[in-house]
This record gives sequence, structure tokens and C-alpha cells, in this order.
Amino acid sequence: MYKIVEKDQIAPNTHLVTVEAPLVVHRARPGQFVIVMVDERSERIPYTLSGWNKEDGTITFVFNEVGRSTRKLVDCREGDSIYSVVGPLGVPLETGKVGTVVCAGGCYGIGAIVPAARAFREAGNRVISIIEARTAYLLYMEKENEDACDELIVATGDGSRGMKGFAPEAIRMLLERGEQIDEVVAMGCTFMAKTVSDATRDKQIKTIVSLSPIMVDGTGMCGCCRLDVGGETKFACVDGPFFDGHKVDWGVLSARGAAYFKQERDSIEYSYAGVRR
Amino acid sequence: MSEQPKRPRKPVLKMVPMPEQPPEVRRRNYREVPLGYSPEQAMEEASRCLQCKNRPCVSGCPVGINIPGFIKAIADGDFRKAITVLKHDNTLPAVCGRVCPQSEQCQARCVLGKKGDPVAIGNLERFIADWERREGGMEVPELAPPTGKKVAVVGSGPAGLTVAADCVRNGHAVTVFEALHQLGGVLRYGIPEFRMPKEILDAEVGMLEKMGVEFRTDAVIGPMLSVKDLLGQFDAVYLGLGAGLPYFMGIPGENLAGVYSANEYLTRSNLMKAYLFPQYDTPIIRGRRVAVIGGGNVAMDSARTALRLGAEDVYVVYRRSRKEMPARDEEIEHAYQEGIDFHLLREPTRILGDDHGNVVGMEVIKMRLGEPDSSGRHRPIPIPGTEYAIELDVVVSALGNGANSLLTKLTPELETNRRGNIIADPETAATSIKRVYAGGDIVRGAATVILAMGDGRRAARAIHEYLTNS
Ligand SMILES: Cc1cc2nc3c(=O)[nH]c(=O)nc-3n(C[C@H](O)[C@H](O)[C@H](O)COP(=O)(O)OP(=O)(O)OC[C@H]3O[C@@H](n4cnc5c(N)ncnc54)[C@H](O)[C@@H]3O)c2cc1C
Ligand SMILES: Cc1cc2nc3c(=O)[nH]c(=O)nc-3n(C[C@H](O)[C@H](O)[C@H](O)COP(=O)(O)OP(=O)(O)OC[C@H]3O[C@@H](n4cnc5c(N)ncnc54)[C@H](O)[C@@H]3O)c2cc1C
Ligand code: SF4
Ligand code: SF4
Ligand code: FES
Repeated sequence: MYKIVEKDQIAPNTHLVTVEAPLVVHRARPGQFVIVMVDERSERIPYTLSGWNKEDGTITFVFNEVGRSTRKLVDCREGDSIYSVVGPLGVPLETGKVGTVVCAGGCYGIGAIVPAARAFREAGNRVISIIEARTAYLLYMEKENEDACDELIVATGDGSRGMKGFAPEAIRMLLERGEQIDEVVAMGCTFMAKTVSDATRDKQIKTIVSLSPIMVDGTGMCGCCRLDVGGETKFACVDGPFFDGHKVDWGVLSARGAAYFKQERDSIEYSYAGVRR
Repeated sequence: MSEQPKRPRKPVLKMVPMPEQPPEVRRRNYREVPLGYSPEQAMEEASRCLQCKNRPCVSGCPVGINIPGFIKAIADGDFRKAITVLKHDNTLPAVCGRVCPQSEQCQARCVLGKKGDPVAIGNLERFIADWERREGGMEVPELAPPTGKKVAVVGSGPAGLTVAADCVRNGHAVTVFEALHQLGGVLRYGIPEFRMPKEILDAEVGMLEKMGVEFRTDAVIGPMLSVKDLLGQFDAVYLGLGAGLPYFMGIPGENLAGVYSANEYLTRSNLMKAYLFPQYDTPIIRGRRVAVIGGGNVAMDSARTALRLGAEDVYVVYRRSRKEMPARDEEIEHAYQEGIDFHLLREPTRILGDDHGNVVGMEVIKMRLGEPDSSGRHRPIPIPGTEYAIELDVVVSALGNGANSLLTKLTPELETNRRGNIIADPETAATSIKRVYAGGDIVRGAATVILAMGDGRRAARAIHEYLTNS
């Protein structure tokens, strides 16, 4: 069992959790994820690490409530223990020296991008981070992001904070102002990964996106997380989660992501019906 | 039993039939299909054994169980003795009795098989193991005094569990690391409840815990702790990683939603208990028409699972004929009885999807059998122009499994072959890294439970020898 030592709603529908998982910390690297089960009946759900602490053996991740499983985690309280946490999984993000790197984060990626930006900066890159949200009150961890990069751009869909627009608009703005971008890394929902990839395609800027297909084991055993990247089948949990955004077949990703819509709805209805809990 | 006939009786050619759930009932439930012999039935079946002096059956068993010995004890009604004889060579008889390919191994060599039915060795093995678990009371075996040596076992499938059992008996401290949240490997996530009740696995694991084996689930070795880390903390390391990488055919449409690998389909259903959705959270697509590609145990398990998930039509699409199907005879027989529709000599050419990326069908081509290949099996050859489509909601690809490279990729010093299997000495299980041993499917490629156990046993012996002499 893994104890929740901190849990906080840091923006509407956005929660930060810190869990004791000393063995995960040991080898954690930026961009890696853990798979979590709240209790014995839970699904195995992946979450990207947005931080880890070698001293106290804890890991931190940020998540958005979307369905039954994330709901279960929302219902947990500080001091509760959860059933299973396994990781670090996935190939860590490559954070070598390339020059100027743009790190874009949206949704949970606002938190998850922080270790990536920090690592790029420590490797001697100039790091421009972009955090995006629909509106100002959905932003969080601005300070952590600011500290991790050389320049932080805040973008909101309604312009209520920072520039008006999302990460793709911010990238276009940077290009317009003459910024020489060597690499873009995007972490967030599929839609964001796709729009960011579209924004850099013409200029052929290397664009690495973190993808989040449905997973089960997270160790390459089941093939649930398979994607089509450049005409090849890849398993996101062991070959990814980072892929070249210009090569991803977004149709496959979204179709596979939607495979359980009906059951997901049933599951929520079932849990709200108070049959359990 | 002194008044045994001097001359051998006329052999009884008919096997005592195994009582089973009727097909129309069991096809919709998850309970075990064979119900097991009663003590009377077991004794009757055991008394058919001729106690052959040259023991041909034993040579068919990969771990060399004293088959006539344990069967004699059953015939005599001495079940305690039977289990002792059995367990001398097999730590998981309740499992092997159920899943061993007996009709190719021990029972294939039984002399009675020449004229009639062979002795039901598997059924008897299962009977005696179940008797021990239910009535006999499982006794904690005697352990050697602690040696102070520590062994790490990676993977909790049959290979790993066997190593753990043997090492702990020899007095070594054993820690088992398992990547998943539950123990047992394929026995847990792959083989369904209706064929291998999980209660058996729980009992075996519980016994190992009583013997002092420490289990660490959620422990994925490679990413979390390296083999080197383990070598720093343990005197020896055993890798029983299994063959956890699903193969796909590489035909168009395989990444559509609704196409599963058998591993995913079975893991969702068995390990995650998707058949109990929504009481359990993991969903599975309950297709009305399901096609399973393949002809092995994995395919039979998937097809029969689909039926139990409520499918109306379940097809097994296999490119050779029934004779070549690698699954256990009993599973094929059970699948037929339950109403699975076999499309033999057919090969899928592509999977068809709708505009939303969901499976709607599959195109298959008819095959004919050509000359036997190097493995002696007839090579299937497509007959051009015979393609046709079947309507489907779910496709399960059960083409077999290869070596998962999660650990080996991160351990370059560990020698592997072209297929990614770890290279280990067949006798000592030693790998290219000193103090690291390996066996089971990660070495052999997808094989069988009993072979994995045999590997584990030999490895444990080599580990013990090394630890004793160092
Ligand atoms: C490598 C990786 C890292 C991720 N990191 C984060 C993170 O840090 N924070 C965060 O909020 N979210 C993250 N996600 C997404 C997160 O896993 C999903 O939001 C979550 O699974 C939704 O589950 P649910 O039951 O609450 O919702 P559901 O109602 O079950 O599903 C909503 C949608 O989430 C997706 N989903 C469902 N089940 C799974 C599953 N088992 N695995 C993956 N996706 C699934 C599907 O597209 C589905 O339509 C990550 C996903 C991946 C693959
Ligand atoms: C559906 C199905 C049906 C089958 N039916 C039969 C049958 O009827 N009869 C028969 O004899 N055989 C059958 N087999 C084959 C048999 O199950 C295998 O040969 C056997 O389980 C191999 O044992 P193993 O110990 O080598 O590996 P596995 O049973 O595969 O166990 C390996 C374990 O190691 C874990 N692991 C892997 N990598 C790591 C890591 N890096 N760190 C930590 N843990 C790790 C895995 O999660 C897994 O739990 C079947 C297989 C399948 C898939
Ligand atoms: S272990 Fe398998 S092969 Fe050996 S006797 Fe038992 S059923 Fe037969
Ligand atoms: S070959 Fe058959 S009859 Fe002979 S000892 Fe073995 S099980 Fe008994
Ligand atoms: S989640 Fe099972 S292979 Fe990636």
C-alpha cells in the first residue's frame, strides 16, 4: 500500500497528489509515468510524474478528473493508502543539449512539463516554457514553471491571463519574433499534442509529444497502448510515451482512445448510483 | 491390500470419465469446466494402471514424476502418500494436472493408450492435489536451516515460483519481484478461471509465504531496480520473465479499436476482472460476433472467454487444419462442445473498420496444406481469389508471444539470441552474467508450465550449489 501524504485541488477539476513510493523515486527521470490502482477493483491508470523527492521517497503527479478512475482518486484523502503504484515506466524524455527548447504544457502537462524543462535547462539549453489553459483560473504551478525555464509564456484561450490563445499560437508568436527553435516538447491532452505538431510541421521543427493511449499493464505485455507512428506499430508504454509528433497517426490514437466511451459512462452512472461506496 | 491378483487382470480400456459442467450451462459462466473425480472415481481410474516396470509414462513427463508410484498410492487409498510422491518432483500438481499437454506427454506414452484410453494421469494428479488443498491440509514442508544467503527471483510465473519454493527449502532467503499487482504470471493473467481457478494459485502462493518467501508486487525490474542493483543486495538473481510480448500479424486494420491481442483480452478479463464490470472498473468490449485468430491454448482461452462475455457467435480462424492445432486436445474438444465455430484453413488478410476506426469485419482467404515444413507441420498456402469477409465487432489476435525486452534492453551485458530470448545454460540456467540465472518462457520462447517449472527446479539446484560452495 502506498500512502497519500499530500492531496490538493490546485485548480478546478485539477488535483495534485503526493504518494510515498520510495522504489519509484530511485530511478525516476523526466517524462516517465507510474500506473496507479486506487483499490483492488480499480483500473490501472497511468499518470506522468511531475516531481519526485529522493529524501522522503515520494512522487507527485497532477491529474484531471475525467471518469470513474480519476474520480476514485479524487475521493481519496491525505493519509489514505492506495493499492498499487508501479513505475517509473516509459522511456525517459531525452534532454540533451540541442540549443533552444520550447516546453509546452497543458492540462496535467502544466505540472508534468516542469521536470522536463528543468532537465533541458540543466543540460545547457535555453528553455522557453509555455503553459496553456482555457482561462486564467485553470492555471496552476506557474511559479514552478517559471523557476524551471528561462522564459515562461502563459497562454489562455480567453486572454484572461498572458497572451490570448493556446500553445500553438504561442509557438507561432515565438517564430514570428524570430526565435530560432531547435526542439519543441509538448505534454498534455491528445488535442494539444496534435495542434502543437501542426504548428511546427511547416518549419520542420523537431516536435516531441507525450501520448496517452489507453494502457493496461504498462510493461509491453498487452499491446493495448499501440499506436501507428510513421507507418510502424509502437507500444506507447515501452517505446514511448514520447514520439515524433509529425509522424503520429492521430486517427488511430483517437479511435482507440474512444473504444470504451459507453462503458466509461456506464461505470460513472454505476458508481453514482451508490451501489458501492 | 494383500489379495492382489497374481496375474495382471485384463486391462480396463475405458477411462473413468471426468464429470463436467454441461456445455450449455458452462458456456455462460466462469466456473471450472471439469468438476474433478470423487475419491471412488479416482481409485477406480488409478486401479487401471498396470504398474509397468519400464515406466514409459515417466519418460513422457518433463520433470520425471514417479507416475506409477503416486497412482498406486491412490489405488490403495493412501492419498497422503500419493501427494508426497507427486510433490517430490512437482511443486504445482494442482496446476499441472489441469494444464499440462498430457495427451502429448505422459499419457501419450501410457501403454494402455495403444489399445484403449491411457490412464488419466492428469486427472489423477489434479485429484490428489485438490484433495490435499481441500481435505488433507497443506503441510508446510520442512526447511533447511537458514544459510544467510539471499536470492532474488524476478517474475512470479511457474518458473519463478518453483525457484522460490526450492531455494527457500534449501534455507536461502527469497524475495520475489513481480511487475504486476498480483502474483502468478500467465497462471494469473492469461489462463482463465474456468480452466485454472485462482483459488489454487492463492493457496500455492500462501504456502510459499508461510515458508517465508517475501513477495513484492508492483516491482518492475529494469526500470525500477536494475539487475545490477539486485546483484548488490542479493547473492543470486533468477530471471523468470516469461514471454510477455504479443505478436500481431502485420495486416491492415490491426490497430482499429476492437482489435485485441489475446494478452490484453485475457488480462482485462482475468487479472482485471472485466467480466465483472462495472463492479470492477476495467471495461472490455463485449462483442456480439468475435473472431479469434490462432489455434493454440491462448486462442481457445480467448474464444471461450468471448463466449462467457456474452458473444453470440465466436469464430476461431486458424490457417491449418484441426490436426495441426497446437492447443491441448481437451481445450479444443471443450471449445467445440461449447459451440465455438471453427474456420479452419483460413487466414485473415485484413481487418475492416468503419469511419470511426472501429472493427466491423475481417477479410479471410482460404488455404490449402502444402508440403510439411522443417517442424513437420504442413505449410498452409493461400488459394488466390477465395477471399471473403465476415462481420465482426471484436478481433482477438492469439498468434503467440515473444520475449519482452523491458529488462534485457536495460541490461546490455545479458546475452540474448536473435529473438530476444535470454541465453541460459540448459543444465545450470546460468546466463552471461555471473550470479544471474534464467529460465522458463524468457529462455525457451512461449512453451509450457511444466517446462518452466522444470527449468526453475534445475536453476534452484545450480543456485544452491553455487551458494553452498561460495
Ligand atoms: C503515459 C500516460 C500518462 C498520463 N499522465 C496523466 C497525468 O499525469 N495526469 C492525468 O490527468 N492524466 C494522465 N493520463 C491520462 C489518464 O490516464 C486518463 O485521464 C485516465 O485514464 C482517465 O481514466 P478515468 O477512468 O477517470 O476516465 P474514463 O472515463 O475511464 O476515460 C476517459 C478517457 O481517458 C482515457 N483512458 C481511459 N482508461 C485509460 C487507461 N487505462 N489508460 C490511459 N487512458 C485511459 C480514454 O481515452 C478515455 O476515453 C496519462 C495517460 C498516459 C497513457
Ligand atoms: C492464455 C495462455 C494459455 C496457456 N495455456 C497453457 C496450458 O494450457 N498449458 C501449458 O502448459 N502452458 C500454457 N500456456 C503457457 C504457459 O502459461 C507458460 O509457458 C508459462 O506460464 C511460462 O512460465 P514463466 O514462469 O516462464 O513465465 P510467466 O508465467 O509468463 O510469468 C512471468 C512473470 O514475470 C513478470 N515479469 C516480466 N518481466 C518482469 C520484470 N522486468 N520485473 C518483474 N516482473 C516481471 C510478468 O509480469 C509475469 O508475471 C499458456 C499461456 C497463455 C498466455
Ligand atoms: S506434470 Fe504434466 S507431464 Fe508430468 S505427469 Fe503431470 S500431467 Fe503428466
Ligand atoms: S504407462 Fe500407463 S499403465 Fe503403465 S505405469 Fe504408466 S500410467 Fe500406468
Ligand atoms: S499498456 Fe500493455 S503493452 Fe503498453
